[in-house]
Amino acid sequence: MAKILMKGNEAIAEAALRAGANNYFCYPITPQTEVAEYLSKRMPEVGGVFLQAESEVAVGNMLYGASATGKRVFSTSSSPGISLMQEAISYIAGAQLPVVLINIMRGGPGLGGILPAQSDYFQATKGGGHGDYRVLVLAPSTIQEAVDLTMLAFHLADKYRNPVMLIGDGMIGQMMEPVEFPETYKESPLPEKTWAATGAKGRRPLIIKSLFLDPVALENNNIQLFKKYEQMKSEEVRYELYKVKPDNQILIVSYGTMARICQTAIDELEGDGVSVGLFRPISLFPYPEKELKAEVDRANIKTVLTIEMSMGQMLEDVEKAVCGAKPVKFFGRTGGIVPSPEEVKEQILRLVTTASGKGLPTRRGGETWIS
Amino acid sequence: MKTTFERPESLQDVVTHYCPGCTHGVIHRLVAESLDELGLRERTVGVAPVGCSVLAYNYFNTDFLESPHGRAPALATGFKRLRPDMIVFTYQGDGDLASIGMAEIVHAANRGEKFTTIFVNNAIYGMTGGQMAPTTMPGQITTTCPFGRDVAQTGMPIRMCELLSSLMTPLYLERVAVHSPMHIIQAKKAIKRAFQYQAEGRCFSLVEVLSTCPTNWGLTPSSATEWVKQNLEPYYPIKRFKTPDNSGAD
Repeated sequence: MAKILMKGNEAIAEAALRAGANNYFCYPITPQTEVAEYLSKRMPEVGGVFLQAESEVAVGNMLYGASATGKRVFSTSSSPGISLMQEAISYIAGAQLPVVLINIMRGGPGLGGILPAQSDYFQATKGGGHGDYRVLVLAPSTIQEAVDLTMLAFHLADKYRNPVMLIGDGMIGQMMEPVEFPETYKESPLPEKTWAATGAKGRRPLIIKSLFLDPVALENNNIQLFKKYEQMKSEEVRYELYKVKPDNQILIVSYGTMARICQTAIDELEGDGVSVGLFRPISLFPYPEKELKAEVDRANIKTVLTIEMSMGQMLEDVEKAVCGAKPVKFFGRTGGIVPSPEEVKEQILRLVTTASGKGLPTRRGGETWIS
Repeated sequence: MKTTFERPESLQDVVTHYCPGCTHGVIHRLVAESLDELGLRERTVGVAPVGCSVLAYNYFNTDFLESPHGRAPALATGFKRLRPDMIVFTYQGDGDLASIGMAEIVHAANRGEKFTTIFVNNAIYGMTGGQMAPTTMPGQITTTCPFGRDVAQTGMPIRMCELLSSLMTPLYLERVAVHSPMHIIQAKKAIKRAFQYQAEGRCFSLVEVLSTCPTNWGLTPSSATEWVKQNLEPYYPIKRFKTPDNSGAD
């Protein structure tokens, strides 16, 4: 299939359709509303269900009910809307149902703004809702990757019977790029959905729930959930290396839109004779901890530089992975400001010109670190 | 020997956790008998609420989903939209439906979602131990209005059937009670009618059932049924508010 020029939000919508998700429940919120607008036309064309709900709270619970049929279901939203869905996400994780959620992040906290940010990292990867559960989190850095990962997200949701969240930002949602959809989407076989509610004909009634009043039963359920998360950690770690070479002295860790900007900065610095590599996590949960540590442990690496469009959230996972082996520095912009390649270059050059990055502002140092 | 009375197939042969004198058991039975008589059991999915009837899924012999507080109509919407061939019902108490889930029930009713809601109104929060509900009567004592419900502070009790009747879309709304044999017979007819309409793919339907809570009202089972008659019925009139045929309305 030829490449076509598409807006990120519309490409994600089309990718979900092509992954067999003919059901979409939504509530409009900037900067992802084009998904809803696009699907309000496309769903009737494919005989699917499109429903604009009364709130994101209802959307989350419609997904819960809809996924109980065994069909592929999804919704898209942006930061404050995802917050309202957290109730259902906790229940869906508890009831072990497959649901795909796409968060086109904007600045927060609260109503925040409508411009791109990466400040929902904690919410996505560390919980968000109540209870002992995790959500599998994927972060694309191009629209093509958003298409590919959206399709993968449905497969992983079914594989693990767990919510899968794709986090992009307003930039991914709003920009246009050429994308290609696979002619046929092939995926490895999935188990039959014997857990779906189809009516108690010829079998015992089936109950889909997250309530376990007996503490032993609840603990057993949570242990089962955590076995699943451990399986994710061994099978679903995804990351990409960019211009990682033996002579790199600095390793940047960045994801999503921010990682692309870092790539531009790295390309330009290469021309200036400064060798910097990029480690880009694609799965944020499970986080590629061991893989990052292996890169950081290379002898030439003097400093790790984490760059995010937030006040430093992934930074904690980077520090955990590096485990004190090398200094970890941080640079970030927040509030909806997207750092320019020049800003990134400036940070890198400051690192290069100061031995091991000494003197570079860090969050830990208590100095101002926003340029 | 001829069998004259037996457990409906749509109910499981288990003992329930409901308190003595609580009419959840009667209402469960009426739902189950209706599903049996209409031959719907094998394609029915119930949605349990949060509250006393959270464990309804242990008693019905049908597939069941368990919902977060008040969100049963959203779950039912999601399920029914994808499986319009199945029969879906929510079973909700007054705290669940009229308080935390007010938005979900109003919008599901207004969209005309083709499922059935059994709304059990006993004017108090049961499961959490007898707190004030939106349906608690003026002056009624609960653990969070120990001096009696003060309507100057909390407003008057919400009448859900009347409220939903103001919407154009929902077409079958009826309030019934189960505190006497006559009322139980009427309630059965209403519940069966609601499922019949759904089986015919006609409309959203809600049957409000005035119920008892002897434990949290601090009454004996027999005085609780009298309390329904004396206190709830005058404010929550037994009435058919709307039918899709526009016939039989009072």
